[in-house]
Amino acid sequence: MSDDYTSTTNACKLCKPIGACLAFKGVEGAVPFLHGSQGCATYMRRYIISHFREPMDIASSSLGEKNAIFGGGANLKQGIKNVTTKYGAKMIGIATTCLTETIGDDVPSIIKQFRDEEKALFESDNSPLLVNVSTPSYGGTHMEGFHDAVKVLVDQIATEYGKDESINLLPGFVSPADIRYLKELLSDFNLEGVVLPDISESLDGPALLDYQKISEGGTPLSKIRSMGKARATIEFGRTIFGNLTAGKLLDSRFGVKNYSLGMPVGLRESDEFFSVLEEISGCKSPEKHVLERGRLIDSFVDSHKYIFGCKAVVYGEEDLVVGLTSFLAEMGVQPVLCASGGKSKKLNKEITAVTKGLVDLPIVRDGVDFYDIGEEVAELKPDLLIGHSKGYSLAKKYGIPLMRVGFPIHDRIGGQRVLHLGYRGAQALLDDLVNLVIEKKQNDSPVGYSYM
Amino acid sequence: MALPEENNKFEPDEYNPEEMKEEMLLQYPPKVARKRAKQIVINKFGSDGEVGDISPNVRTVPGLIGQRGCCYAGCKGVVLGPTRDIINITHGPIGCGFYSWLTRRNQTDASTTPDNHNFMTYCFSTDMQDEQIIFGGEKKLALAIQEAYDNFHPKAIAVFSTCPVGLIGDDIHTVCRNMKEKLGINVFGFSCEGYKGVSQSAGHHIANNGIFTHVVGTDDTEHDGKYKINLLGEYNIGGDAFEIERIFNKCGITQVSSFSGNSSIDKFANAHVADLNLIMCHRSINYVAEMMETKYGLPWIKINFIGANATAKSLRKIAQYFGDEELIAKVEEVIAEEMPAVKQSIEEVRPRTEGKRAMLFVGGSRAHHYQELFAELGMKTLSAGYEFAHRDDYEGRRVLPDIKVDADSRNIEELDVKPDPLKYNPRKSEAEIAKLAEAGLKMSEYEGMMPDMDSGSMVIDDISQRESELLIESFKPDIYCAGIKEKYTVQKNGIPMKQLHSYDYGGPYAGFKGAVNFYNEIDRMVNSKIWKYLKAPWQAHPELAAAYASD
Ligand code: SF4
Ligand code: SF4
Repeated sequence: MSDDYTSTTNACKLCKPIGACLAFKGVEGAVPFLHGSQGCATYMRRYIISHFREPMDIASSSLGEKNAIFGGGANLKQGIKNVTTKYGAKMIGIATTCLTETIGDDVPSIIKQFRDEEKALFESDNSPLLVNVSTPSYGGTHMEGFHDAVKVLVDQIATEYGKDESINLLPGFVSPADIRYLKELLSDFNLEGVVLPDISESLDGPALLDYQKISEGGTPLSKIRSMGKARATIEFGRTIFGNLTAGKLLDSRFGVKNYSLGMPVGLRESDEFFSVLEEISGCKSPEKHVLERGRLIDSFVDSHKYIFGCKAVVYGEEDLVVGLTSFLAEMGVQPVLCASGGKSKKLNKEITAVTKGLVDLPIVRDGVDFYDIGEEVAELKPDLLIGHSKGYSLAKKYGIPLMRVGFPIHDRIGGQRVLHLGYRGAQALLDDLVNLVIEKKQNDSPVGYSYM
Repeated sequence: MALPEENNKFEPDEYNPEEMKEEMLLQYPPKVARKRAKQIVINKFGSDGEVGDISPNVRTVPGLIGQRGCCYAGCKGVVLGPTRDIINITHGPIGCGFYSWLTRRNQTDASTTPDNHNFMTYCFSTDMQDEQIIFGGEKKLALAIQEAYDNFHPKAIAVFSTCPVGLIGDDIHTVCRNMKEKLGINVFGFSCEGYKGVSQSAGHHIANNGIFTHVVGTDDTEHDGKYKINLLGEYNIGGDAFEIERIFNKCGITQVSSFSGNSSIDKFANAHVADLNLIMCHRSINYVAEMMETKYGLPWIKINFIGANATAKSLRKIAQYFGDEELIAKVEEVIAEEMPAVKQSIEEVRPRTEGKRAMLFVGGSRAHHYQELFAELGMKTLSAGYEFAHRDDYEGRRVLPDIKVDADSRNIEELDVKPDPLKYNPRKSEAEIAKLAEAGLKMSEYEGMMPDMDSGSMVIDDISQRESELLIESFKPDIYCAGIKEKYTVQKNGIPMKQLHSYDYGGPYAGFKGAVNFYNEIDRMVNSKIWKYLKAPWQAHPELAAAYASD
């Protein structure tokens, strides 16, 4: 099998600025803004909308051919001004695109000039915060874009010194349902917490009677400002261990202790997370969650007969893949391939860490596309695919059930409400997974058993 | 318990477009307001029926969130995307290719070409990295073409440039030429960098030029069939092309090729042997039709298969063109056969849709075409506009000589096409064409959207998010049609929203059967009960809660 195709066929990753836009959307009153031609903004909006089924505005500096040659500063300034006056943005999160990175527009200095030129705009109380991040897609995936955006949010907004009792939670790119769960958890542990970003409402809002220019929800700016005062930061994502992340930054700049954890998917990674919550809060895990944990283990036992020996291929964002693999390993499903379009160079090591004790270790491949994954699937003959919607054509080709998790899910409803995290998320995933396996078995049988 | 009362629908006593326009412009700084004033037009008719002029196809103001996509999207996504047997390689970083990966719900039937090739579910990209941005991406592109060839053995490979490619100066056309020679299959490139032009429209033009230069006219195989047509500007969203083909087959009309719903490169190559081009979406495809006429003598007419009446009218136009009694009779027979089911459906639905009001902001032809279907439902179009159209799509082709070419359009190449010394064959003599025109069938004619709209309706080009919000807030239409980017914003306002790019989950809406589908869909949407549950009973009637408390 060839390990080294040069081109990418059916990518298993998205581009960097979309990650940044998603992160910015999790800040209260924020409008994401792409500096580049309008096409990128349109494409990304469409993609985000088709997953969340929610409004998603991304402004653009709409560069044309002339600007591509002579620079896009004037358009950027005009664009920021229009977004400020038309939408009443409290924050504008500016991300670059391949175009503006290639022509080398210096966004920080354009912004600085803009501030000097538009003093009046910045003297009013409603003047927006301008945050900018560099996101050339030719270096990294949407996940790098996401984490970089979270980092600049902290870097450029968290300026207050001091100490308070709060904690910071940096969950990475998880679903609105996950964020709602995390917030509930913090409150159950009596922790004052800042979750950044918080897309729980801004990308999963209720039907409304009145129109809002910018959707409600998101991490309040005042809370981001004071993140440096927190007692501790909890940051999810094993493949960002060791990077200069937002959590690291808060540690080095303000001395906020950073707990780097894996994404709490499944029992053991959730156990780690709960231990840290207990440590920070000084409280025992509340009964409600202890019971959820107990039920989860109970269902591990109940379901084992159905999934024993079942082989699964997991693909998607690296941290989600690590979490899911850990979960599969503990529930008794054999992960046979762990694949990602990302290339943190840490996937192998972290998969090894979470699959300790397995007799047959999964194949781990990073930087791959669905063509590569397809070749592996043909050989490995898994019973189950676990990942986002883009694996569907493989599922169809080989007649393998696909369990949809992560992003993007645009061929099912409710992608924004998939709960992945904690004992509760593991329970939901487990029920889904086992039922898929049972359903396949049931469908494949000519008899029509209704008692499995 | 009493159900909450129906939300009050705002009913303007008097529909006042002038006030609305003023309000829209008020939000802008003077320069932007001046520009938008020319794109927001209240429809009115002059003494000889001419409509007021509008200034579309101009650059969107930075920071005004709008609907438009880029040149690449128009070229790769719209025009060439629906062709199943060309491998389309996006030359650029990963995003552009990923986002245009089968997101338009174009359908295709690969069983109709012998090799069964269908690459539409694939997304090929050179996935440029730092290294290529710095040192150039031509080598990687050549390798990508080679790999695609080795893995899939396609008949043709097309390459599409995204923004960074033009800037780093990759010469994709030379790479394509070299690979064409090396592989012995057709390999061609499109310089459709996203920053070109002002919208998708530039990409349509570039796609038309490329497909005309590299493919059309390369296969002279003649077909049986008396009435040979090409269907242009129909992209088989939700199966529209299948329904149209069904009707053609029934009428005995032979479709040689389609640009580009359910299409195959072999058919493009052979398109010039047809005797008539039919144009659905004028904006995206008129260039190919014009060039085919100049080079091969193949005339075109504008048709529209959206709407049952429009379908019947279009079929009659085709029959009139061929002027053959047999076809004329057959077409009438088919219409007579198809119409009863349509009528029955209208009669059932219309009492529930009559008088309701629609707004359509989409594309470069659909905002016009779909007004037909709404009219059949007895619904009124209050306001409509295109996303990427030009003046001729609004006001009709008669304004073509007056259109000023601005800097953005000047850079899109106009091919210099001449009659082919061997293959040029005018299908109709000038006298015949004049006679047809006299009888009401004008060749190369499109009247545009505005003449078909009521006086006093608002025509808004490249509508911005803020403007559409104002429209919705003030006029509370019963249905709003646009694309996915607008869908949830509109629905959050309690207004049903129909996607006319992707058709949401539905379709086909073309032809006779499609019309019936659309009636039912709109009936379902405008009569949905869900909106009145927005407020819980205790919110709508606080006294209820009090009553429970006192019990
Ligand atoms: S140019 Fe870059 S930023 Fe824009 S869509 Fe393509 S990959 Fe993404
Ligand atoms: S980078 Fe250019 S080609 Fe790609 S989506 Fe953006 S505007 Fe279009």
